[in-house]
Order: sequence, then C-alpha cells, then structure tokens
Amino acid sequence: MSSVFSAPSAAPPLAGRPISLPRWLRELRPGVTLASFVIAFFLLAVIAPSLLASRSPYAVDLANTLRAPSIHHIFGTDESGRDLYSRVVYGARESLLIGLGATGVSIAISIVLGVTAGLSGGILDGAISRGIEVMFSFPVLLLGLLFVAVFGPSITTEIIAVGIGTAPGYARMIRGQVLAVRGSGYVEAGRALGHRHRRIVRRHIFPNAMRPLVVIFTLGVGQSIVWASGLAFLGLGVAPPSPEWGALLNAGRNFVTQAWWLEVMPGLAIVLFALSLTTIGRSIQQKLEGGLAR
Amino acid sequence: MRFDQEPDGTRELLRVENLNVGFGEGRHARPVVKGVSFSLSAGRCLAIVGESGSGKSVTARTLVGLTGGRSHVQADRLELGGRSLIGLRDRQWRGIRGSQVGFILQDALVSLDQLRPVGKEIEEALRLHRWGTSRTRRQRAVELLEMVGVPEPEVRARQRPGELSGGLRQRALIASALALDPPLVIADEPTTALDVTIQAQVLDQLEATKRRGKALILISHDLAVVSRLADTVAVMNDGRILEYGRASELFAAPKHEYTKALIGAIPSAESRGARLSPAPRRVALGLPPRRETAGGPVLEAEGLIKRFRGPDGIHRTVVDEVSFTLGQGETLGIVGESGSGKTTTARLALALAEPDEGAVRLAGQPWTGISEKQRRERRRQITVVYQDPLSSFDPRWSVGQVLLDSLSPTEHPSAAARKKRVLELLELVGLQEEHLTRRPLQLSGGQRQRVAIARALGPAPRAIVCDEPVSALDVSIQAQVLDLLADLQAELGVSYLFISHDLGVIHHISDRVLVMSEGRVVEHGFSEEVLTRPRHPYTQRLVASLPTLERPTPDVLALTPESRRSLGAPRARAVQAA
Repeated sequence: MSSVFSAPSAAPPLAGRPISLPRWLRELRPGVTLASFVIAFFLLAVIAPSLLASRSPYAVDLANTLRAPSIHHIFGTDESGRDLYSRVVYGARESLLIGLGATGVSIAISIVLGVTAGLSGGILDGAISRGIEVMFSFPVLLLGLLFVAVFGPSITTEIIAVGIGTAPGYARMIRGQVLAVRGSGYVEAGRALGHRHRRIVRRHIFPNAMRPLVVIFTLGVGQSIVWASGLAFLGLGVAPPSPEWGALLNAGRNFVTQAWWLEVMPGLAIVLFALSLTTIGRSIQQKLEGGLAR
Repeated sequence: MRFDQEPDGTRELLRVENLNVGFGEGRHARPVVKGVSFSLSAGRCLAIVGESGSGKSVTARTLVGLTGGRSHVQADRLELGGRSLIGLRDRQWRGIRGSQVGFILQDALVSLDQLRPVGKEIEEALRLHRWGTSRTRRQRAVELLEMVGVPEPEVRARQRPGELSGGLRQRALIASALALDPPLVIADEPTTALDVTIQAQVLDQLEATKRRGKALILISHDLAVVSRLADTVAVMNDGRILEYGRASELFAAPKHEYTKALIGAIPSAESRGARLSPAPRRVALGLPPRRETAGGPVLEAEGLIKRFRGPDGIHRTVVDEVSFTLGQGETLGIVGESGSGKTTTARLALALAEPDEGAVRLAGQPWTGISEKQRRERRRQITVVYQDPLSSFDPRWSVGQVLLDSLSPTEHPSAAARKKRVLELLELVGLQEEHLTRRPLQLSGGQRQRVAIARALGPAPRAIVCDEPVSALDVSIQAQVLDLLADLQAELGVSYLFISHDLGVIHHISDRVLVMSEGRVVEHGFSEEVLTRPRHPYTQRLVASLPTLERPTPDVLALTPESRRSLGAPRARAVQAA
C-alpha cells in the first residue's frame, strides 16, 4: 500500500536482471510471431498466389493422379493429377473472402440485434430474443440451403447465407454482454454524475460489451469457412473446379481411404488459419486492455 | 520471543520455531513468512493478527499442509502433539486434517458443498477417517450441529448451505471442523463476512470450543474480535511476528510501534474527533471555496417507501417510512445489518431509484418525482462513493480519464482548466500526478478509494453519499481514508450520508445517526446518545454484540516521530512485493 505518506520506492535491483536483450526481442512471443507469419503467408496467397505456387491449380496431369506428398508435390496430387499445394494456395482467395465476408455480415447483424435488445428491454427485447431463439432452432445449413435455393448458388449468396446463419449466436452473446455492462457499477456511477444516457452508451456500454468479442469473432472466421464448405458439399457453394478449401475437402471425401492428404491438407489450412487469427485476436485484446485481462 | 515452557504451565500442544514459507523459484522467489515462532497449549487461544499480505493465513495453512505446490516450507521445529509435521507426504497430511487439526475458513458459502445437505457434509468428514457406521455418523452429525448451537439440528442437517442463513452456515462449518474432535482448531477470519449480531453468536461457539479444551488459533484482522477470545496474540506484518505476548498485556500496553498504530487506527466511540492514522493532518489547500454553511438542509427525505417484487412474486417493503434531513457540512450515519435497507435508502437519496411513496428534496428543490432531464444538471450537487471502487470504474480507463469524466464541461470549458482541476482533485485526496496514467486495477485498495473520492469531489458537490466506503479496506488504510474524509469535510464543508454496518466507524465519523432494521428507522439522534445509551432493543442488541477493545490512553499509543513517518502507510512494503 504505497500511499501518499509512504517513502519513495527503492529503485529495482540491477543485479537480478538477465543479460539485456533488445526490448523488441524480449517482448517477442513465439506464438504470436508464428501466427503472424501464417497470416502473412495466406494474405500473400490472396494477393499474388503465383509467387507462392509455380504450378497452375487447374493443370490436369493424368499420369500423376493421387500421388502422396513428395518433393515434387509437397501436398500430393488429386484424382486428376492437379497439384494440391497450388490448389490450396489459389483457394485461399475465395475461402478467406467467404470466411471474412460471412463473419462481417454476421457481426453487422448481431451487433444491431444484440445491442438493440440489450439496451431497449421490454417488448422490443422480448421480440428480438424470441426471434433469435426461432433462428436458433434452424440449423445454419438449413438456413443456407433455403437462401441458396431462392437466390441461386454464388459466393455472395454463400456469404450472406452463412452470415445470417451464424448471427443469432453472436447476437445473444452481445445482448448478454450489454445487459451485464448496463448493470455494472461504472454505468451507475456515470448516471450518478448526471451523464446523458447516450453518452453512457457510447463511452461505457458499447466498448465494454464489445471487448470480449474480438476473440470470438476471429474464431468465427474459421467456423464460417467450415460452414461454407458444408454448403459446397451439397453442391450449393462454389462450383467444383474451384480450389476453395471447402470444395477441396468435399472433393477429397470420395478418396479418403486411398488418399488421406486430400482431406488433411486443406483441413490443415483451415485450422492453421483460424488458429493464427485467434492467437492474434487474443494478443490484440490483451494490448487493448493494457496487458491486464480482467 | 521464545517460550521454552508455557508461562502458565499448561500442556503444550503445538510448537512452531523459526518457520519460513516462500513462494516461487529463483529470481521470482518471494518469502511470505519469515522466521515465525509460537507455541500453543490445549484450552488456549492464540490470535494471529495482521493486515492483508502480512502472512497470517499462510502461517495457518502451513499447519495443515495447504500452502500449495509452489511453496517452500522450512522450520526448525513444527510439532503438533509431539509429532513433527516437517516433510509430511500428502497422504499423511490428509490423516492430520480433520482428525488432528480442524480448519474453519472465512466463507462458509464457498467452503461447503452447495449441493450436499450440511449433515451429509459432516458425515463425509467422519467417513473419510473411517469413523463409526453410517447410522452412528448420522447421529454424530446431529449432535455436532446441536453442540454448535444450531436450532432444530435434525431439520437443519437435511438442508443445503444455500437454505441456511449466514450464521447457521458458519456454525455448520464449525461443526464439520469439530467432527473428529481434533485437539487443534484453526479459524481463518471466521466472522469477517458476518453481521455483528451473527458474529457474536459465532464467537460464542468458538469460545465454547476453547472451553471444551481445544487449542484454538484465530486468524483475524480485527483486534476487537481477537481481544474477546485470545490468551496470547501474535501481531504479524510483512511475514514477521512483530509482537507476541499475553493478550491483556499487549492490548493494554502495546510495545511495538506497529501494534500501537494498529490499535490507534480502530475507529470507535473514544476515537471521535481524533485522528486514526499516524499521518499528520494535511495542510489545507484552500483551493475550492468552502460552501455556505448557512441555509436549509442539503437533503431531506420524507416518509420514503420502496417495495420490490421478489422472485416469488410477493412484494417486500425494503424501505419503510424512512425520513431524515442532512444539514450542510454534517455527517449523517446510517447503520444496520445486511438487508436492513441501507443501500436502497442511499439509492433513493441519489435518485437512482424512485420511491413508491414519500419524497426527497435536494437543496430545497424537489429531487424525486421529476424527470431525469430536470435532474441531470443538479446531479452534480450530490455524488457517491461505493464500497467496491474497482467495479465503479470503467476497466478501460485510466485514473485521469475517470477524473476528467466527472468534470462539467461548462464549468471547465478549456482542456487546460480541466487538467488543472484534475490535478487539484488528485492533490485533495493525497495522490500524485504519476497516478494519472495508471489504471485503477494497478492501484492498491486504499488508492482506488482515494480515486473514487476524488471523482465524487469532481463536480464540487454539496453532499456525498458514502455507501460502505471503508468496509473492504484494512484497518490502517481504513484509518487513512476516514481521516481523509474528515479533512475534506473540514476544508470543503461537504455533507456526508455515511452508510456502514460497522458501529465503530459510524460512531467515529457521524454527527447524527439512523439505526435501520428491516427497512425501518428504529432509532435516530446524535451519535453519542444513540450509540452510548441506546433506547430501542434492536440498537441495544447491536451495541452489545459489538466486540470492543479497551482503547489505551493516547500517551500509550503515542508514536515516535520516526515511526510516525514510516508507519504512515504500514503496508507499503507488502504491496510493492505483491
């Protein structure tokens, strides 16, 4: 309890210090660094896939079908002899577009619904909450099916379908967060100081309710890619020759007993990407909170 | 500090010599208990007294082998009933816990299994040590509950902890600690979360335990509680025992400066008007103008009634016909036990809740029954300090942001004026500019409460509602905060509506007092009169339950100038280490 009256604290002992590395090197965390490299790799794959993969993702080579991973084909080849590594690299663009796009749609819908429900209370809250529960009773896939059936298969439809499908879960979480923050001591303290409701919402409720969601949303990107792959499996996603990761997973399903790499490699890409995004999301969250997670 | 033979010749049960406990490895190693020695005989009570971080709980936990995997325990001697406890394995410790040492923790609600009836809990303790048959165990559980004064023990044994009141729960916990008739019982802050009347009942039970010939170690921060039971007292600070001796001698004539400061810090009837902390009265700043003391009362409440609908659909009257007035520059205390409606009264005074009947007037103008819009600007005249300051700060904000937020943009139009005012506020509550960029989470409990007080002063209010502002603080920090509040009142002429469950605090700080019970004001008047000659039976019971410490004369407690300086904040070192 160093209070006003206490003597100034002694300088930290120098003897106990380790050999002094540069500050940036000491603060470097291997997990975050690795995740940054993975994300950078996939971003490069989105922008300029030809830099990362020399072969065409569509070039058929019937002499080399279903080859296991080797030096020539590090991820192996598929049933038409196409290089799987190239396909994964070229597939990043569509996959990430779907993942990020669907999460974006989901965030937009869920914030509007969740914050409105949490702040309004009463009839409006009841209506939105019941609506969310109704949405919950539909499987995401079924909702997507419905959507694709009406608007026809395309990336846009897929993004919107998955976005709407995953929104109710987030909306309910946001509503809960808003309610928790609304009942907190600092919101009451703000009221007692005579601040307007609008100011309290803007300065306390909104930012604090959103805080824990950074990580959840980064997780959502990976989840969206998985949902989209489910749609692709039903023939309602991206058309077959496309190397989108979900489509790759489903194409490989027929050969899973003979060629494990057709499932494992695209799956690994999805997991690695989602994991890296979550790691970075968490580190951003810690930075935002000044390294003091509560 | 070593007794080779117990001074009164009783049979020695426990001997601890040169006990050292540390946590962590290598560079992070942190000693928590440093060279502690004591001994205890059957039928005696040793109290270990200290503030948070003093190492008192760790010392107690060492005796049951519960210091955790990352701790290092060393001792020259650690003997219980002639058996050494050094280097025991986990299995051996399990044999000792319960049968040799009974451990009573502070919070019965978390120490008891929520889903298991308390009778079963006690039976389980017996079963683990292979005691009797299931029928005799059930009988024993009921007997134990009866022994610790639980009414209708057969019925209570079948109830879960959630169905019992706090006092009954704590007694059930005592019963389970006594189940195997251990010769040594350790109680770690057994009454800290309890109301004063319940506390008295629990202390009665512990006293009965002692009379039955058990050795009792009582861990507490509350010297008054300790003074009722203890035969010997060890005062701990920063891992060391600073003073160790007979309770009667230690309280009447404390030798160590820290003990003197600790006793001097207890607010009570005798401390009224005196300073509690060793720090000197701060030099008056004379910055914000002192408010006019003339004129009508700041706050008037007339026949306030507030009802809430419980989960069972029944309306309960939480505040029932409460009326009071708060004059300028005055402190009105509201005292009562938990559930007496104190906090709801505070919320009504702040117009954070609307009364169902009755009205509040602020500075002569209506304060309830008007729209929030009409109220908003006037909210700056009455502010609030909560018990838990941390939860009342936005976790993302620094101290500077919190204080800026309390300022009116019209009164302080420029950024420079606001900055100046924030620095002024910090100085008023005794914090420095360096604290501006800190987050409340990085501050100590006392500093956080200072920030909360600074925020409450930000709008230059006429009254501050203080809802249990010192209840969560250590006694020496509590003393500093109470002194600060007194200084601020003298300087600024601000009024306090001061809510506390602690009669001593209320007696120390309030000019007038309301005693509340079950939503009603049972007695009100000048503090001196109400608390020294209570007329209502409830107040009489409350005052009688309060464990009191005979306060030595001021000259006994007088500190040397050096220790005055160093003890200005007795916990300074402990916190830096934490």
